[in-house]
Amino acid sequence: MKNFNGKVLFLDRDDINTDEIIPAKYLTEISKEALKPYLLEDLKLEGFNLKDIEDASVVITRGNFGCGSSREHAPWAFEVNGINLVIAESFARIFRQNMFNCGMMAVSLEKDKMDMVFDEFSKEKDVYIETDFENKKFTIRAGSKKKDILFSISEFDSKLVKSGGWLDFADKNY
Amino acid sequence: MGKTIAEKIFDAHLVDTPEKGINVLRLDSVFCHEITTPVAINDLEKKGKDRVFDPDKIKVVIDHVTPAKDSKTALQGKILRDWAKRNKIKDFFDIGRNGVCHAIFPEQGFVRPGSTIIMGDSHTCTHGAFGAFAAGVGTTDLEVGILKGVCAFKYPETIKIQVDGDLREGVFAKDLILHIIGKIGVNGATDKVIEFTGSVISKMNMEERMTLCNMAIEAGGTSGICYPDDKTVDYLWKFIESEFASKEDALKEYSKWISDDDADYAEIIKIDASEVVPVATFGFKPDQVKPVSEFENVKVDQIYIGSCTNGRLSDLEVAAKVLEGKRISDDVRGIVSPATPEIFRQALEKGIIKIFMDAGFCVTNPTCGACLGMSNGVLADGEVCASTTNRNFNGRMGKGGMVHLMSPATAAQTAIKGYIDNSPLFKG
Ligand code: SF4
Repeated sequence: MKNFNGKVLFLDRDDINTDEIIPAKYLTEISKEALKPYLLEDLKLEGFNLKDIEDASVVITRGNFGCGSSREHAPWAFEVNGINLVIAESFARIFRQNMFNCGMMAVSLEKDKMDMVFDEFSKEKDVYIETDFENKKFTIRAGSKKKDILFSISEFDSKLVKSGGWLDFADKNY
Repeated sequence: MGKTIAEKIFDAHLVDTPEKGINVLRLDSVFCHEITTPVAINDLEKKGKDRVFDPDKIKVVIDHVTPAKDSKTALQGKILRDWAKRNKIKDFFDIGRNGVCHAIFPEQGFVRPGSTIIMGDSHTCTHGAFGAFAAGVGTTDLEVGILKGVCAFKYPETIKIQVDGDLREGVFAKDLILHIIGKIGVNGATDKVIEFTGSVISKMNMEERMTLCNMAIEAGGTSGICYPDDKTVDYLWKFIESEFASKEDALKEYSKWISDDDADYAEIIKIDASEVVPVATFGFKPDQVKPVSEFENVKVDQIYIGSCTNGRLSDLEVAAKVLEGKRISDDVRGIVSPATPEIFRQALEKGIIKIFMDAGFCVTNPTCGACLGMSNGVLADGEVCASTTNRNFNGRMGKGGMVHLMSPATAAQTAIKGYIDNSPLFKG
């Protein structure tokens, strides 16, 4: 299973699309590693600095994240930057599926939980998340501030995360 | 309780239910292009699984950047070519015979009512125009599709969009779908299928239905879908002639997929066609739509007519009618990319290509080209393009560029004026 713990990068905007996550001009790359320097290169978001990606392991964002193209280059670009978990209010279907297919996690939380997370943590300097996968619980922490957040993913998605993705799962089962 | 067309297709293709509400489906076709497939091929090779579930059910095209523009795109083409050969995939469309995937595969007769299709391309929903369940997927789903011929989906909820009445003169399928996306929003149909019904859809030809279904993904939809009818049968007839005694028999067979009257919908939206006016997008999201008449002096640098949305013969015909005997503004560059060689050939024979050239357009070979900003008309920082494509994301056609989505008619009129306009075409 992949690592779902670490420092949080907040992207406070709806509808961040796959062209912003990884621009089409890099789709000529045929290895995941080559995408590393270009993650979020075209993202238009006040306060966002490309440098912030360096030590981030988790992204927390708003609604309809990952809309647009079907490119799995979007999850890969996160993966090669050490980000395996995206938490959002909602996801575009293909992006969400691609994340779980890679054994990564795209977890949606209800709006009130998201608002709480943004209100209480997004202005803090160093925010960390710990994931208790068995109990489906995130612990979010900044300094002495700490909150537990329960989440749910489907049994099927859970199996994909545990088996490292859809290819191995499908190869075994079909 | 009756079933929707998508539910019927799911039931008929069910392989497994790993969890309630999640269905693994048998696939009738897997479509591939050179951008998303090579990574899948390399990964399968690395894992010692360089096989395909059925070479006859895999259809392959090089379309996004063709001819190759540099060593990297050349390598993508080569990986795809070598793999197809190795795995005895015979339906492979290389340069000279290639065109935009969602135009060439239907044209070749590869799409059937009631079938299931995946492709590593978000606009795969286009093929729902034939009454198929067709969905865009990522590379891992594509890999599994290639290897095993299956894909997992949530059991589909459907939004039914019923459009009745008549579209006014100067209003096209593109205006209608932009109007719909403007209404339901870029995530209005996430995880759902959009069913397009009503008298307006029945009157539409297959090309117009493809334009509609093509943009279902821009509202987040898994697939767009239209009911198979006599127009579907007519379009497919040359491919299915040997399977049926008559067109009536084919229609009867295909009609079994049509949604039942008592099917359950997540939502039903009724639209009066006479309310729809020509529109264009104004922002970086496809739901940011307003009437063309409200654009005041929005100058453009480039006009692009083409893509899987509006690069078909009827689109070129409409644009040519506007351009006939006229010249485009000296301040704009006009680019037209017929979506397939067959469309190109017919446009040539009908004198459409000549009209474009006389008007000052550059006619390119069939390709996705400028649509995704990889070749054939990439925008410079700060430039504006009036485009018949489907996506206006920031940077889509080139970093710092702005894209206004519109119908081919509006794009052609805009080319003449140099600013967004269609006043002579639509008598509001
Ligand atoms: S024409 Fe544009 S939207 Fe259509 S498949 Fe090609 S790149 Fe994608």
